[in-house]
Amino acid sequence: VDMDTIEVSNLNRQFLFRKSHVGQSKAKVARDAVLKVRPDISITAYHANVKSPEFNVDFFKEFNVVLNGLDNLDARRHVNRLCLAAGVPLIESGTTGFLGQVAVHLKDRTECYECYPKPAPKTYPVCTITSTPSKFVHCIVWAKDLLFAKLFGDKNQDNDLNVRSNDGASSSENSDDVFERRNDEDIKCFSRRIYDHVFGYNIEMALSNEETWKNRTRPKPIYARDVLSDSQKNGDLVTSDNPDNGSTDSDSVSVSAMAALGLKNPQELWSLEENSKVFFEALKLFLVKRVEEVGSLIFDKDDQLAVEFVTAAANIRAASFGIPMHSLFEAKGIAGNIIHAVATTNAIVAGLIVIEAIKVLRQDFENLRMTYCNEHPKRKMLLMPVEPFEPNKACFVCSKTPLTLEVDTSRTKFREFIEKIVRAKLGMNLPLVMHGLSLLYEVGDDLDEDMIRNYEANLDKVFSELPSSITGGTMITVEDLQQELSCNINIKHRCLFSY
Amino acid sequence: MVVMGGGCGGVCVCCRGGRWRQRRKVSDRSGGGGYGSWPAVVLVSGGGGSGIKRFKYLICLLPSSFNFTYSFLFAYPNSIPHHFAMTIDGEALTEQETALYDRQIRVWGADAQRRLSKAHVLIGGMKGTVAEFCKNIVLAGVGSVTLVDDSPVTEESLNANFLIPPDAKLYTGRSVAEICCDSLKDFNPMVDVSVAKGELSSFDADFYEKFDVVVVSCCSLSIKKVINEKCRKLSKQIPFYSIDCRDSCGEIFADLQVHSCTKKHADEAVECCLQYPSFAEAIAVPWKTLPKRVSKLYLAIRVLEKFEDVEGRRPGDTSAADLPAVLKLRNELCEAQSFGESQIPDSLIGRLVSNSLEFPPVCAIIGGILGQEVIKAISRKGEPMKNFFYFDAMDGKGVIEDISTPTPTS
Repeated sequence: VDMDTIEVSNLNRQFLFRKSHVGQSKAKVARDAVLKVRPDISITAYHANVKSPEFNVDFFKEFNVVLNGLDNLDARRHVNRLCLAAGVPLIESGTTGFLGQVAVHLKDRTECYECYPKPAPKTYPVCTITSTPSKFVHCIVWAKDLLFAKLFGDKNQDNDLNVRSNDGASSSENSDDVFERRNDEDIKCFSRRIYDHVFGYNIEMALSNEETWKNRTRPKPIYARDVLSDSQKNGDLVTSDNPDNGSTDSDSVSVSAMAALGLKNPQELWSLEENSKVFFEALKLFLVKRVEEVGSLIFDKDDQLAVEFVTAAANIRAASFGIPMHSLFEAKGIAGNIIHAVATTNAIVAGLIVIEAIKVLRQDFENLRMTYCNEHPKRKMLLMPVEPFEPNKACFVCSKTPLTLEVDTSRTKFREFIEKIVRAKLGMNLPLVMHGLSLLYEVGDDLDEDMIRNYEANLDKVFSELPSSITGGTMITVEDLQQELSCNINIKHRCLFSY
Repeated sequence: MVVMGGGCGGVCVCCRGGRWRQRRKVSDRSGGGGYGSWPAVVLVSGGGGSGIKRFKYLICLLPSSFNFTYSFLFAYPNSIPHHFAMTIDGEALTEQETALYDRQIRVWGADAQRRLSKAHVLIGGMKGTVAEFCKNIVLAGVGSVTLVDDSPVTEESLNANFLIPPDAKLYTGRSVAEICCDSLKDFNPMVDVSVAKGELSSFDADFYEKFDVVVVSCCSLSIKKVINEKCRKLSKQIPFYSIDCRDSCGEIFADLQVHSCTKKHADEAVECCLQYPSFAEAIAVPWKTLPKRVSKLYLAIRVLEKFEDVEGRRPGDTSAADLPAVLKLRNELCEAQSFGESQIPDSLIGRLVSNSLEFPPVCAIIGGILGQEVIKAISRKGEPMKNFFYFDAMDGKGVIEDISTPTPTS
């Protein structure tokens, strides 16, 4: 089962695929490739999302073992729950660069995939991103989630771009004016204005709060006039000596600021001036060649122009704060959360998976192992087997332990609970929420209009105002029927940020 | 809503200045009830109120593809920063290479990739494990791969060599090397894959001079030594490897002679230089002076190797019927070395003698490890293994053993 199609960057390791397969279904092409070597195996390929309702518990029950090669936490948790519900052994695995891991999950015998928390993805406080970056990744997050989103994304989304520490009020009406392009405004003028505002003015404002910079390096404001040479300030950045003059060509296959400026090597470090040119050129190209997308764009690492813009913006900000700049190649990896990968580690882990799978099929449960692949030997070992861990008795997934949620029941909207807790935190796909006998929320194809309206209305209510009021001391039940997971949550009321 | 990760250390200096309030570090809170070790999630009301800006949300660099590896993944920097890596001649990778090799360039850098593209690898003896190894280095983008194996394709060849299509019409009359060559070309058109006919041990120095790495498999003891010596005699120091799988275990031997490289040490690139013994020197190390708790596979394989050599057998050509004779040889060898027989268990010898066929998942594992090692040797990036590697599916351990005459302390 795989919902993806084949991409060029897969071919360095996914050796069942060839260049001619780019764009086709991974599941289908893999099946065909394997049949060439072992024609007698029965292989069914599903070009589908493993979270799809067709893969329910009954489907999973048909198998003797499940092997996971997924690339996201959400899907892994989902499959984990289905395997537990179906009583089917699950072999989990993952690789990144030279590191790898294989684990076997057997209901009641070993830990399940969710028994012990996985290392949390890195998070950054808002003020680090908006005011006090100290690492390049902070600049990338700023450029991608704030500036790019503000300029090209959904205008109705909250955006902290102008948050300033010495002024509690958001920049209110003024900020919207800054980022809105006036009808007759020249693109060059607009881009200069934006550049000066985010790299110049905002920095000056931040500098005015002495307290912030007592123990930190002061950033330097950067204005376009300081960075561009005189001719560049007045004329086009793209000169006639550039062979790939993107601005005058009719729709090129891929619109690119780098190409227009003659910057060929994504591994090269650009100067502040070059980054600024890329910034202006990319902004111009978005507004001229892709204007219909402006207002709804989401950053995509495979969108060359978006990557160029984010790289340039992040680098200029980095320069301002004395943080080393990075190449487009590096910036793309950070902004796009690209997992680096090689054929060898994958081959090793694949071999380890099969060894465990064979043990499962032979019911040789005593010898099951978790195996770590190290980059450097630990106690002489590059491949390190350990005994599988026992189930965590406090695991809410395999041991059905109740949870506790502290929430301000008089102020928190039910919608936030559904999105941030039920779906994101608890990993439920098709949730159902009950308070006693009262159904507060559910999703499904078979709901009638009235019920859907009720649930929608509930989402906008705060906990205490729900038809079946939820206050401190209440217990609610959250379920996902497909995952066959039921969870009891004890609610504790907590008034936060009290004054 | 706030999911607080304590990033500000509890008190945000920049958030002072009047209107902002102290945030408590939520990670101090213990989870309620029996909710294991996950912190309770604290909800805060959204905006509103008296125009006081609240701390709205943390921006997460949430990977859309978050991989399941242990926690030091996040401390693992992407090898040595590219702009500090050694530059050889400044030529950029082609656009095609950059697109195809993107994910691995992020592991070892563009310079290493360039070195790979100029490397020529010679490989002799093509069973399942070597098929895996070849696949790995071809995908990695080496300059060229030259295959040597004139043996005809048989049904047994199909056991673990996935490069051979199971169609007698296609493989009859062709050598193993020829068939594998055709398949391998497909994996990466940028790699030059070819066949050299003849016996590896009969090629002269001029022939070997063309290569940057030599890998042999299914090679007798004497031939191994001969080829290793050829690599050592040339002025160009050619790394030599031997690799074999029997049943569900495998061995890799590496002789990189004198090898300089860079390795990572606490975020910095450090130069290092290693010295390797030849195969003959390594196996001459008295068993009594071997590292404590050395892998028993080392010893068992030496016994089998000797048996095949003495009996004039092709490597791997043993069966259960040979067990008594092999055990006898083991005893003789142990006695000569004043070494306990029990150190080389009967069961292990029995297993290797009776089941000489390769086990495919082990081929993948050993072929993967060797692929990584050869890439390190060519790129001179990362500390190569010294000098034996063992994997045994029975205990699941993949171990490096340093079997070399200790350098005299001055």
